[in-house]
Amino acid sequence: MADTIRAYRSLVGAQVRSQAQYRLSFALDVLVTSFVSGIEVVAILLLFRVTPTLGGFSVRDVLVMTTMCEVGFQLADFLVGNVEAVARYVRTGLMDTVLIRPRSALGQLLAVDFPVRKFGRLLQALTMYVAVLAWADLDWTLPRALLAVGAPVAGAALYSAIFVAGATVAFWWIDSGEFANAFTYGGRQFGSYPINVYAPWLRVVFAYGLGMAFTGYQPALALLGRPDPLGAPDWLAWCTPVVGAVAWAGALLLWNTGIRHYRSTGS
Amino acid sequence: MPFAAACPKSAPDPHSAPDPSADPPDRRGRPRPPARRRAADAAAGFVALTGAGFRRYATYRQAMVAGLFTNIVFGAMLASIMLGVAADGRTPGGYSREQLVAFVWVGQGLLNVVYTWGWRELADRVRSGDVTADLLRPVDPLTSYAAADLGRAGQAVLGRWIAPVVVGVAFYDIYVPHRPSTYVLFVVSVVLATLVSFGGRYLVNLSAFWLLDVRGPVALWMLAGALLSGSFLPMRFLPEWVQWLLWCGTPFPSIFQIPLDVAVERTDGALSATTVLLQLVWVIVLFLACRAVQRRAVRRLVVQGG
Repeated sequence: MADTIRAYRSLVGAQVRSQAQYRLSFALDVLVTSFVSGIEVVAILLLFRVTPTLGGFSVRDVLVMTTMCEVGFQLADFLVGNVEAVARYVRTGLMDTVLIRPRSALGQLLAVDFPVRKFGRLLQALTMYVAVLAWADLDWTLPRALLAVGAPVAGAALYSAIFVAGATVAFWWIDSGEFANAFTYGGRQFGSYPINVYAPWLRVVFAYGLGMAFTGYQPALALLGRPDPLGAPDWLAWCTPVVGAVAWAGALLLWNTGIRHYRSTGS
Repeated sequence: MPFAAACPKSAPDPHSAPDPSADPPDRRGRPRPPARRRAADAAAGFVALTGAGFRRYATYRQAMVAGLFTNIVFGAMLASIMLGVAADGRTPGGYSREQLVAFVWVGQGLLNVVYTWGWRELADRVRSGDVTADLLRPVDPLTSYAAADLGRAGQAVLGRWIAPVVVGVAFYDIYVPHRPSTYVLFVVSVVLATLVSFGGRYLVNLSAFWLLDVRGPVALWMLAGALLSGSFLPMRFLPEWVQWLLWCGTPFPSIFQIPLDVAVERTDGALSATTVLLQLVWVIVLFLACRAVQRRAVRRLVVQGG
């Protein structure tokens, strides 16, 4: 176990050092990408310049959903977002090297491409979340505090499962590139807004099919003390960990099937 | 010819005196072909490179299908949000519901035509040293990359633009432009938007001559492109003073907001045509900047041996 941890730590360490070699570009990259997670919040503020409510929710309500969803997404993107690289590994045949090493293929892929520069984004998402919660003037109780901390973590589990499942598609469909984006970045886009504004088919697929209602909307309703305009029961707010666990089970099943399906390019 | 200096100079022959109206010889002293043929050759080369760019991207059909799927999912989400914003008869940014729906679907199609994502082709070639091959060719790399990018955009019109627009027309109550001039203006505007976007991307890539790794500049370009070009939300949702700043001081509205405003006829015909002129100005400014920076960059170039 200690051996495994040391191996991963040195892989991540090497990645940190190599990315920091080109200092100016690296600094610019960290700085700039840290603003990326702010875009979603800026977009909400702009929307509310031209409309007083969205789906019956005020700017405060929507921002709680958006920032909560954003923390979950950025945490997942930071930890496992780079699993997307698997498409390149499959296409170039690099996957062979990964598979013959005595460590888990998924673990290696995540450690080898560990995206240090995405840390700025995560930090910024967290800052915005805390700031919005403080500004929103909520009625804090112990369960709500637990929910405020637990929901983004569970949301991150859900998003990371979707990242892994999406990357697995590359085993069957190498050029699938942007296909997974519809569910990862698309899921984040979906979760950032109150789900009652979406067309019904989108709600079926994303909110409940992929569980995106649980990364922002349902927990935020409980924090705000509002009933669901769509009529879902209140206890759904607490279901994010269950949804995350189910999603991970599905993602790992897919991943293992995918690995077995892998055929080397033979080069 | 080492002894040339020792040879007596022959008197200039009046019959072979260079005709001042003829073209000067090229760098190696060879006579140049007539100007008209040169222009025809350059045009043929440009067209060939554009065709190559088109065919290169047309090869990735599976990736195209994957990308289309994503565009359509995002389009459906954005259209829902826009309809939510425009509920109760509101006209956000001066757009009607139908115009907003058109903005979203035409915009989703246009994302990959103008292409504001991270493009690092030139930068990668600078880092690997392959750029020397580009510099040795008889065509300026700025021209050849621009031609290839227009070819890429042409492929994207067929592969990535039509389908989202068809989805929008088929399933939504969408705005259909009623001025015939709009259709012509839109085509011109999209070509210019692609060139503006290309100029910006090329300029960002040129920074590789100094930095080698361009991830940072590319990230900055993508962030600015996403936020300030109107690809995320119509720029008319911004406060007015910010809009003025962006319209007058940056090329970003030329990439996305202008072609889309032309398409949904947000302004009258004369104003639309003026905004297209603004795009042309930005194309010229950016290409001049690219050319000046490239000249300096090439002087810095040290090709790594091996």
